[in-house]
Amino acid sequence: MPKLHIRTEINGEPAEFLAEPHQTLLDALRNELGLTGTKEGCGTGDCGACSVTFDGQLVCSCLVLAAEAEGARIGTVEGLASGEALHPLQQKFLEHAALQCGVCTPGFLVAAKALLDRNPDPDERTVRYALAGNLCRCTGYDKIIRAVLDAAAELRGEPA
Amino acid sequence: MHDTRYEAPRSIEEAVIMLSSGSVDDVRVLAGGTDLLVQMTSGGRSPSLIINLKHIPELTRIRFDDSGALYLGAAANAFTIGQNERIRQQFPGLHEAVGLIGSDQIQGRASVGGNLCNASPAADTIPSLLTSKAVCHIAGPGGATRTLPVSEFILGPGRNALQAGELLVELELPAPAAHSADAYQRLIPRSEMDIAVVGVSVRVTVDNTGTCTDASVALGAVAPTPILVPEAAAALVGTRLEPADLERAAAAASAACRPLDDKRGTAEYRRRVAGVLTKRVAAEAAERARGR
Repeated sequence: MPKLHIRTEINGEPAEFLAEPHQTLLDALRNELGLTGTKEGCGTGDCGACSVTFDGQLVCSCLVLAAEAEGARIGTVEGLASGEALHPLQQKFLEHAALQCGVCTPGFLVAAKALLDRNPDPDERTVRYALAGNLCRCTGYDKIIRAVLDAAAELRGEPA
Repeated sequence: MHDTRYEAPRSIEEAVIMLSSGSVDDVRVLAGGTDLLVQMTSGGRSPSLIINLKHIPELTRIRFDDSGALYLGAAANAFTIGQNERIRQQFPGLHEAVGLIGSDQIQGRASVGGNLCNASPAADTIPSLLTSKAVCHIAGPGGATRTLPVSEFILGPGRNALQAGELLVELELPAPAAHSADAYQRLIPRSEMDIAVVGVSVRVTVDNTGTCTDASVALGAVAPTPILVPEAAAALVGTRLEPADLERAAAAASAACRPLDDKRGTAEYRRRVAGVLTKRVAAEAAERARGR
């Protein structure tokens, strides 16, 4: 079986690559497109490290075939910052020390952005449930939750 | 896995022709992929053909007909279903079950049709499909179609009634009667992201005196397949759904269990929890039905 020629859109830019039919989107992002911000954790949809958006929907890229990206819009952690300017979520993760080893961080950022895009003013419980699909072995989660709530407040234009 | 092909048909007819090109194990459909990709990457399964169903409009559609019946495309994802306000209103128990499937990431992909076809004994949506008397609409070779109640669709753990070349197109959930409501709860060892130790769906219909005129009780994770428990339903019908009535339904539910002993729970524990949850879920469904 020859490789499939996939035309897609990643972080607003057109992109194309060659994929094996059984290759995952996670693998294609990292190894065909060099977008290594998206991390591989479990590879079975349990840890959320590989979170991306697919046509606006938060998904685990390890559970998506690369071939499915044809004609789709993919959003990865590389799309969060504007040039050198960090996204407020990224800035608040730094300020709150919401990461240690950093492997889970891109997934948390993408999942948190997906939440805030549809719910700009979530309460703590909502944030905890929305991020239940992302596992972190370093922080104990609390700093991550604080960072997301703080970023949400900033994005709403509320004073710190 | 080396010779896998990938296809994304645009119509049911195309998909059925592709499905007919090989054996059930050799040709796999991709609805949400949350089971299939794990089976593939963990090495257990290497299909020769993967058919992505998400470009077939009928498979991702969610609609209500004039009678109020709900039609859920087999590949419609759980997140989209969860966002549907009319489903939440009309099928609150199914809505709860769908909302318990995995994380937001998993819900973005997982489908009710896939949950049904994979036929796990612990599948969260199947008890709700059973109590809502859901019907499978199936397409087959040569334009053939047939319907099958969900109760006849599940044959055993991981086994469904689809024949070679057949495709589950959509699930039809008849409009609930007036003053009818369902509820679903499950027990898991943590607060999110786990597989049910026991799952219970109850639907009750009440008249304007509060007497139960119809009931349906289904259990998950306590038998080789999710099961309807008519004895538990019978214990509710004709009563005012008082605590003693719920207690009788709970005893019937526990008695119907044929559970496994495994790391998630002993058989005895599952039997007891099935009773406890039946009481709670019946009370919840009753409260909802009385409020309608």
